[in-house]
Amino acid sequence: MEDMVIIGAGITGCSIARELSRYDLNITVVEKEEDVACGTSKANSAIVHAGFDAATGTWKAKLNVEGNKLYPALCEELDVPLVMNGSLVVAVTEEEEKALEELLERGKINGVKYLSIIGKDELHAMEPNLSPNARAALNAPTGGLVCPYELTIALAENANQNGVKFLLNAPVIDIEVLEDSSFLVKTPKGSIRSKYVINAAGLFADEISKMAGAEEYSITPRKGEYLIFDKHFGNLVSKAIFPTPTKISKGILVCPTVDGNIFIGPNSNNIEDKNDTSVNPPGIKEIIEGGKKLVPDLPLKNIITSFAGLRAVSNTNDFIIEASKKVRGFINVGGIQSPGLTSAPAIAIMVREILQEQGVTLKEKPDFIPQRPKKVRFRELDNKERSKLIEQNPAFGHVICRCETVTEAEIIDAIKRPVGARSIDAVKRRTRAGMGRCQGGFCSPRVLEIIARELGIDPLEITKKGPDSNMLVARIKEFLQVEGGDNIDN
Amino acid sequence: MVTILITKNLVVIGGGPAGLAAAIEAKKNGVDDVLLVERDSGLGGILQQCIHNGFGLHVFNEELTGPEYADRFITELEQMGIEVLLDTMIIELTRDKKIIAVNREKGLMQIQANAIILAMGCRERTRGAINIPGYRPAGIYTAGTAQRFVNIEGYMPGKEIVILGSGDIGLIMARRFTLEGAKVKCVAEILPYSNGLTRNIVQCLEDYNIPLLLSHTVVDIHGRYRVEGVTIAEVDGDLKPIHSTEKYIPCDTLLLSVGLIPENELSKMADIQIDNLTSGPVVNQRMETTIPGIFACGNVVHVHDLVDFVTMEAQLAGKGAVDYLGEKEPTTNNISVIPGEGVGYVVPQLIDADKILNKKQNFFLRCRAPMEKARLLVESDKGPIRSKVLRHIRPSEMINIEIKKEELAGKDIQSLKISLQEEGVIEGD
Repeated sequence: MEDMVIIGAGITGCSIARELSRYDLNITVVEKEEDVACGTSKANSAIVHAGFDAATGTWKAKLNVEGNKLYPALCEELDVPLVMNGSLVVAVTEEEEKALEELLERGKINGVKYLSIIGKDELHAMEPNLSPNARAALNAPTGGLVCPYELTIALAENANQNGVKFLLNAPVIDIEVLEDSSFLVKTPKGSIRSKYVINAAGLFADEISKMAGAEEYSITPRKGEYLIFDKHFGNLVSKAIFPTPTKISKGILVCPTVDGNIFIGPNSNNIEDKNDTSVNPPGIKEIIEGGKKLVPDLPLKNIITSFAGLRAVSNTNDFIIEASKKVRGFINVGGIQSPGLTSAPAIAIMVREILQEQGVTLKEKPDFIPQRPKKVRFRELDNKERSKLIEQNPAFGHVICRCETVTEAEIIDAIKRPVGARSIDAVKRRTRAGMGRCQGGFCSPRVLEIIARELGIDPLEITKKGPDSNMLVARIKEFLQVEGGDNIDN
Repeated sequence: MVTILITKNLVVIGGGPAGLAAAIEAKKNGVDDVLLVERDSGLGGILQQCIHNGFGLHVFNEELTGPEYADRFITELEQMGIEVLLDTMIIELTRDKKIIAVNREKGLMQIQANAIILAMGCRERTRGAINIPGYRPAGIYTAGTAQRFVNIEGYMPGKEIVILGSGDIGLIMARRFTLEGAKVKCVAEILPYSNGLTRNIVQCLEDYNIPLLLSHTVVDIHGRYRVEGVTIAEVDGDLKPIHSTEKYIPCDTLLLSVGLIPENELSKMADIQIDNLTSGPVVNQRMETTIPGIFACGNVVHVHDLVDFVTMEAQLAGKGAVDYLGEKEPTTNNISVIPGEGVGYVVPQLIDADKILNKKQNFFLRCRAPMEKARLLVESDKGPIRSKVLRHIRPSEMINIEIKKEELAGKDIQSLKISLQEEGVIEGD
């Protein structure tokens, strides 16, 4: 029997798993997708928020500010790139300029440090590509950037090193409460008995809570669409540039990523289908118009890809982090929308404290390893370091992804690491192979070949992102044999 | 480990048709110390996956397949003993011609060259670049990636296929998929005319009854994990989809053949000036970029329709590099070539009239839109040079104009403008 089953391997579930892996507990993370970070955690604005935005007194506000403070040490420990380059909230009208004052006050009450309002000249000196209409900004130096899937993967890897098991491709279909008040968490890949269940199922947390007979709440998917530009234009802005926020959303931003691209987005539309991550023309139009209000000259001919993510918005409009009063041992961690990424490290600690209150004995493991296995990013090294690496392992001398300079050794490592990559997209998230301007045109056949070789499986089995997403459908000539050689169907 | 230091008279970057011809030409004309660097495991570039025929009509007067065409050059290169580094990626290039290359065996190499020829070719425009909405499932491939899967790896990436864009690789793949027993449902082209060569429309689509839907585009991609279908729609005169014409087509694969982009990451690293119209380096009469001693040829300069023209351009670059290595006087690039009305781009963009090779200068250009009858005008700031009527011109077919050296040299010409003016077609004209 497990001590803990964590449902959902997004940033929340993996943060909790990693936090709990410090203690002598048997833990399994159950995830419906083929990899960690496949839901909201892979498609969001990738910002470590300062914390001035959330309404004072909410869990969002409290955990944002606490989470923000935990980020530098966490990212250092897990070798995850973090840039604390600050955020700007830009006002383009007099009315918005007044709203900045409110934001500043709220930020101060929330406990955000070093906030200030800067005038037009200082703002334009800081960000020369901003619209001439930009008249003032709230400057939040404690804002930052992080790659959300890289952090989630790092947390999962480290949790796995410390004994946490990951059951992937395993959607939870039922949760039974047994006589001894333990749980039986049922998936098509088998059932797991556990003393506690932590519900970090993101968009589906409401359904999981209902399944266990715990408190009922609702999660509404709120879609945000994004466009990403070629790295060549990476200097368009140097910080996350927010418009002055509305009641519903922080608005459409123009923002750098930790990897040197610029994105615009997200818009914010409530939808019904929790699986609908499609990008639509009205959305693209909306984010381009929104982005142009901040930076009029967007390099629209150099868009490399678009994507959409779904925020998991609860009916309380705040995070729901609590032990169920109805079902003993069931902990809800739902409604984790923005600033969920920033809050994740603080949420993990809060869940640990809830478990302690529930009577879980937490005995620290003497052999806890705080660092994940060393990860090489060839493109970021100097030539001396590169030489040394190739001498140790010639596969570092074989560049597979040209756009992002990713070597064969890094791809093999992504497959062999804890919670290793099994698909083209999983390799992409771990190495950036295929994330550049050619979007995998050149490297995807090579990556496919490497995965097949390393795992000893048929290339026909290799998927883009898990079951039913096979890259290839047959060997050549197979269609002809089936049709008896009478091949050309006119 | 110390980085290996190498000095070379000439380094050619890229072992496709352009790089091969350029290296051979330079060696033939007396450069002994030539090194060709290729990132793939073999020479020939994209030709190796172009197993259809139609290559070589201009250069060899016969129809060859891609690998056959490449093989002629590879054999010659080997016989000449030109040094080749395979599986080698160049990760840095500076304007003073310092190269950092990397491979498995030698590790990191620093190569100092006296002259460099860039022949990196091009890449395919992707879904992101044209902003097709919808989901992001498996089953969306650029035509060239699909071609590699089928012709090199021996796998079929799909069985029921819709092709967006009528570029030549897409047309070729329509036929290839059909011959393999897959069903190509249609080719949708957003423009009112095709982007491929006429012969490919006939031989790859019409011969197999594959519909070519002009003024149509893909407005939605369906399927979360693997493509399940696409929605196509007709577009209006501003290329905006017309909602009422939307039509769902079930398929498991969407192939994109929506254009090629010269691959100039290294050129940009070396501060070489890029022409916004071609997306390739600005070059002069001998294919020299704005950095003296760095040359460029083939699809890295502008996207060609026929490999034969790539070869010829590469030979010019090879000769140009030879001249550069032997000369004392720098080039002056005194004439700038301007694309006028109706012209999409012109290559070369600069001319040093005194250094025109072969006593003639070829200009390659594309029209902006198809014209049934057009007047081509070549004018300098000193007066008209050439006027000529062209028929049935389209953007997909490159126009080649030859001007004699004496028409340009010694006349103190500053600029040259090439334009295409549509002329009315009179009955019986």
